[in-house]
Amino acid sequence: MSGKDVNPGDFPLALWPPSASTEAVQSDHLILGFTVLTLLLTVPIFLAIAWFAVHFRAGKDVHREYSDKRNRLLEVSWMLVPFLLTLIFFYWGAKLFDIHKHPPADALRIEAIGRQWMWKFQHPGGQAEINDLHVPSGEPVMINMISQDVIHSLYLPALRVQMETLPGRYTQLWFTANRTGTFRLYCSEYCGTDHSRMGGLLTIMSPADYAQWLRQSGTSISLASQGRALFSSYGCSGCHGAGSAVRAPSLAGLYGSPVPMLAGGTVVADSGYIHDKILDPDRNLIAGYKQVMPAFKGVIPEDRIVLLTAYIKSLSPAGQDTQPGQAGPERTP
Amino acid sequence: MTPPPDSLIGTIETALREPHPGRITIDREPDYLHDEHTLWSWLTTTDHKRIGILYLLSITAFFIVGAFAAGLIRLSLVVPNGQIFSNDTYNKLFTIHGVVMIWFFLIPSIPATFGNFIMPIMIGAKDVAFPRLNRTSWYIFVSASLFTLFTVVAGGVDTGWTFYAPFSTTFSNTWVVPALIGVIVVGFSSILTGLNFIVTIHTMRAPGMTWFRMPIFVWTMYAVSLIFLLATPVITMALILLVMERVFHIGVFDPALGGDPVLFEHLFWFYSHPAVYIMVLPGMGVISEIVPVFSQKRLFGYRFVAYASIGLASLTFFVWGHHMFVNGESETSALVFSVLSFAVAVPSAVKVYNWTATIYKGTLRLDTPMLYAMGYIGLFVVGGLTGLFLATLAIDEHVHDTYFVVAHFHYIMVGGTALAFLGGLHYWWPKFTGRLYPEAWGRLSAFLIFIGFNATFAPQFVLGYLGMPRRYHNYPPEFQLLNILSSSGSLVLALGYVFPMVYLGWSLRYGAKAPPNPWNAKGLEWTTASPPPKHNFETPPTVDFPPYDYRRRETRV
Ligand code: HEC
Ligand code: HEM
Ligand SMILES: [Cu+2]
Ligand SMILES: [Cu+2]
Repeated sequence: MSGKDVNPGDFPLALWPPSASTEAVQSDHLILGFTVLTLLLTVPIFLAIAWFAVHFRAGKDVHREYSDKRNRLLEVSWMLVPFLLTLIFFYWGAKLFDIHKHPPADALRIEAIGRQWMWKFQHPGGQAEINDLHVPSGEPVMINMISQDVIHSLYLPALRVQMETLPGRYTQLWFTANRTGTFRLYCSEYCGTDHSRMGGLLTIMSPADYAQWLRQSGTSISLASQGRALFSSYGCSGCHGAGSAVRAPSLAGLYGSPVPMLAGGTVVADSGYIHDKILDPDRNLIAGYKQVMPAFKGVIPEDRIVLLTAYIKSLSPAGQDTQPGQAGPERTP
Repeated sequence: MTPPPDSLIGTIETALREPHPGRITIDREPDYLHDEHTLWSWLTTTDHKRIGILYLLSITAFFIVGAFAAGLIRLSLVVPNGQIFSNDTYNKLFTIHGVVMIWFFLIPSIPATFGNFIMPIMIGAKDVAFPRLNRTSWYIFVSASLFTLFTVVAGGVDTGWTFYAPFSTTFSNTWVVPALIGVIVVGFSSILTGLNFIVTIHTMRAPGMTWFRMPIFVWTMYAVSLIFLLATPVITMALILLVMERVFHIGVFDPALGGDPVLFEHLFWFYSHPAVYIMVLPGMGVISEIVPVFSQKRLFGYRFVAYASIGLASLTFFVWGHHMFVNGESETSALVFSVLSFAVAVPSAVKVYNWTATIYKGTLRLDTPMLYAMGYIGLFVVGGLTGLFLATLAIDEHVHDTYFVVAHFHYIMVGGTALAFLGGLHYWWPKFTGRLYPEAWGRLSAFLIFIGFNATFAPQFVLGYLGMPRRYHNYPPEFQLLNILSSSGSLVLALGYVFPMVYLGWSLRYGAKAPPNPWNAKGLEWTTASPPPKHNFETPPTVDFPPYDYRRRETRV
């Protein structure tokens, strides 16, 4: 674990984990409710078995007569009623899950990159941190993640959520923390030698403290501006820049808009599309262009793809709308 | 296993060859243990009973290896900061444990031992349909598993038994390919066993042994054979693709090569979820034999239980996605897999209710097999219900890949299958060996195992809910107390396993001789001698009675 400066006493042994969001509390209610139901269903059976075992022991002179008549209604109902009762919990769990799957559009977006064996988190203002994560309370935070190598999984037990971090594909997780505090953060999908050290601390701060923290931490050149610098250093602007000799699509206004495909149909240009296009441009050929773009697979690491994407996003109005996280002062050069 | 020289049957056999005056000579076929003595006769046997015993010995050896690795894992987790082993060693240890326990112990455990030994006798057959194929499948099993064992112990593999790509194909620096080859080959022994059982059950039943006169154990063997045949080829194929990607860099799963890692998860669980029913159904079969015998009452709802076995074997193919709720599966698939997983609980619950109803108004004897059966019911229910918790989407989002999952599947596999295995071993021990085991020791170790098991695994539910991820060598210090509790429990559990190995071994030589039917049980296997003659029955049986033909309606006993 990276929580080097944490003393054991800072996280006392508890029999119930701390929770830091209203959804986390609902998950707790869900499991508690389900536990009560299962106890109601099973304790009578366990007691019955124990009692039968004693009462009907061989050698005891007890009443053992029974009728061979079967009560179908009883047999069907003792199967069906518990099943229908458990379905309540299916529904409840599915509803919460559904909430977890739909981040609000205005959520603060933090980029996470997993690799053997560390997490890198990038805030919209350009601040990056390793293994530890700082987020504001009281506002929705969406973590958009991808892996540089093998499968990892970002696990935030205080929020009762985790999401697998896949290579080659973005996945998301979101929450609205309702309290401040320091909690653990883990990688929960086995990823090799130091899997069990791939974690740190999640610090939830008040919005004011968070803004203060952003101001104090390192770079405050926004992701988009860092991306702009990369855009020219990787030579993208040579083709995609204004007045270039190569016939390449302009990237202004690309993010969030539908792109006509050579094979027919359209694809909406989201982070995943841009990611794949940069690494492997031969995959989704665009109608109307000759594909001459080089593949950047193995050349550009994931954290830089995130920067380039942020830059491309900033070129379109749709992208700016989903960038509310300009909490840090934007010192655009 | 060399026969005890002083045994009755051994004497008879010598007597038959060169009669000594004063010694009893009975004009009877020698039993299967004493038909021939040499090691060679065992290694070239085609007798299903001897093959069952060969399997029993080999899986016991693998169990000891797997348990030893588990002991080292629990030892390491006594301290939070992983001082006892290096991280790599720890990762290799849990890989050894998982690979050995799943593929070389649990999957073959009940089908290959009791299935081979008892199932043909239960249907009144002389042997399985393809005896030489049966021997071949044992040879495949031992050679592939010894080979894999060698690679995971001598070289070491650190992928876990799940072999997730692209870690296993591109990033791990360990002996992944040899281990994969071993596991691929071992799959063929499952396929051959499954094929053999299906044909045997279809074609070798004694006159009068209709489908609904077959004991439930035979039904579960049939169901399990279907899973062997339908699911194993999928894992074979998936693992071959892993080898291709690792060796020839053919991109199937690694996105850097143009593949999709989630595809491997799908293929893996398409086999591995049904595989848990390969482990669980035979356990249910054993319990369905033990409960009526020790209650001296017919199995309640026989047809329901038989249908539930086939129902489980079919439904189990449609729930694999519950391992991937947070692994990038779409929301729609998550919903479908969640509700289907809830449905799987129904046939499982049917069985539990029916066992309980069987005990009701029975004439109970709490001998060792029955104690194991009752322990099984309790632990299996806990394992199954926590499975429902995991199938609940919002709960799984929290406890997926934590110790909660570890506890859940140990309740099912160790609390369930391993207990059923021990219960069945005690129940059929007189039939296998012709000897009785010491009852008091049997009961004592059944208690120790029950207590040790709960002490080991119950704390892990709490650890998981508190958020301790699985496969963690270093863990936060606040979890140490619960881990120490779990490790201490494992000592009691280990003791509970050592006892049977000792007293069962002891009984081979010193145990009292077993009569043909020591439990007053119904069922064809109890109508023949203990141990059975080479061809199972002196005269081929005809069946004109229902299964579990105990008293129907009874006045006072
Ligand atoms: C050699 C010229 C060239 C270079 C250099 C180049 N591209 Fe491209 N790019 C193209 C062409 C041509 C296309 C359209 C090809 C197609 O997909 O059919 C394209 C398409 C794209 C698209 C998809 C556009 C759309 O309308 O859907 C994105 C995004 C993109 N490039 C980003 C980049 C980035 C980021 C870089 C730098 C890392 C870069 N490109 C470098 C020529 C280039
Ligand atoms: C009522 C029936 C069952 C249900 C509903 C159920 C449900 C689940 C679910 C949802 C998971 C995934 C948890 C996660 O990874 O987050 C899981 C894991 C697991 N289950 Fe079950 N289960 C049931 C029975 C069984 C049985 C019978 C066995 C074995 C004999 C079993 C063995 C396992 C194993 C081994 C895992 C973990 C695999 C791994 O990740 O390594 N389960 N179960
Ligand atoms: Cu990890
Ligand atoms: Cu499963």
